[in-house]
Amino acid sequence: MGKPALKEVIPESHPHPLEDLVRMDRIPHIWCSGCGTGSIFTACLTAMKNTGIDYNDFAMVSGIGCSGRGAGYINIDSFHTTHGRAIPFATGIKMAKPETNVIVFSGDGDLFAIGGNHFIHAARRNMDITVICVNNFIYGMTGGQAAATTPHNARSSTTMGGNPESPFNLPLLAYAAGATYVARWTMLHSRDLTDSIEEAINHKGFSFIEALSPCPINYGRRNKEKPLDSLKLYHDRTIIKNNADPGELAIDFRKKVILGKFVDVEKPCHDEEYGRMYLGETNE
Amino acid sequence: MKYWRVPLDLDEVQVTRGVVHIIEDRCKGCGYCIEYCSRGVLEFSKEFNKNGYHPPRVKAEDCLNCHYCELLCPEFAIFSTELVAETAV
Ligand SMILES: Cc1ncc(C[n+]2csc(CCOP(=O)(O)OP(=O)(O)O)c2C)c(N)n1
Ligand code: SF4
Ligand code: SF4
Ligand code: SF4
Ligand SMILES: [Mg+2]
Repeated sequence: MGKPALKEVIPESHPHPLEDLVRMDRIPHIWCSGCGTGSIFTACLTAMKNTGIDYNDFAMVSGIGCSGRGAGYINIDSFHTTHGRAIPFATGIKMAKPETNVIVFSGDGDLFAIGGNHFIHAARRNMDITVICVNNFIYGMTGGQAAATTPHNARSSTTMGGNPESPFNLPLLAYAAGATYVARWTMLHSRDLTDSIEEAINHKGFSFIEALSPCPINYGRRNKEKPLDSLKLYHDRTIIKNNADPGELAIDFRKKVILGKFVDVEKPCHDEEYGRMYLGETNE
Repeated sequence: MKYWRVPLDLDEVQVTRGVVHIIEDRCKGCGYCIEYCSRGVLEFSKEFNKNGYHPPRVKAEDCLNCHYCELLCPEFAIFSTELVAETAV
């Protein structure tokens, strides 16, 4: 049986399907060759698009760092805050305009070192925002100093002989603080990451997604990890285990690193409770 | 297209086909799309782009329009579109 001839369908007027969401005049972005931040940013934009929500009903907030540049590249309302302060700024937007879907796109240093307190309190309040953490295990922008996420023994510019400390288990921290949606993926698991971000945007309450990402310049270089080596680790040394016990999620690539969705529960969120108790709103 | 085992209804099944588009001058040459395309469609080109990187080029016309390279690329430099049968449009 003969097959019909094939014809190419090119999206009209769109050279790349995300160009309506990107400030193209700022492209190429600052992220280095092999940096995973751009992949996670692409997953985030694709997820936003997939929700079908009007772009005017979104806002993106970032802190300082390479990943913190995200807010500067998205072509919707966005704000690039001071270091560590993306979450309080996002909280302000949410409380002033509760119908906004507020996304925080920032780094491990920004969200969990200088900004750690804001993270736990927004989670405790079940603030209805979506927090995406680009976890590259390092302060990328400032030259590779050890972060609160740097693996034990790993080398950084401030731990040249190996990191004597142990890193946070971020999903456990988020869960313990009260987050109602918690997931972890890597930038290589782009499809799962995208679906998870879409789900997190639609989730009512505090959502946290950790996305593992290579920083070949300031982490990889000191730890004998070329960009493709990092991706190979994400491929070979991870295992997907939804609903895993958050206590088991410490990252150690000598063992398998667990990915998946770990928490997805419903709880009244802060703007609803505030509206009910102080503004006389009724929950529908 | 090569199959590990040829499906019995190969004649009737319409496999999705795609075309991959590369915006060469945006590429930073990380090679992620080349390494992780499950169809082995891409390879590094020998030519440099305007920023001195080797962008990918099509090696085999085997694209399935899975959009994986499009999602993985950190640079908005590659995407795929569908090839549809003419009778279906
Ligand atoms: C108040 C303040 N302290 C310190 C800095 C310096 N600084 C800039 S970015 C950064 C770390 C960023 O790390 P991370 O959030 O992990 O982002 P990455 O660059 O790794 O994506 C630091 C410490 C600053 N900008 N402001
Ligand atoms: S320094 Fe690291 S985190 Fe920053 S852009 Fe380069 S690779 Fe990415
Ligand atoms: S769309 Fe899929 S099959 Fe086509 S080139 Fe990209 S990764 Fe390969
Ligand atoms: S993933 Fe993007 S930047 Fe990397 S080689 Fe492919 S087209 Fe270039
Ligand atoms: Mg970092």
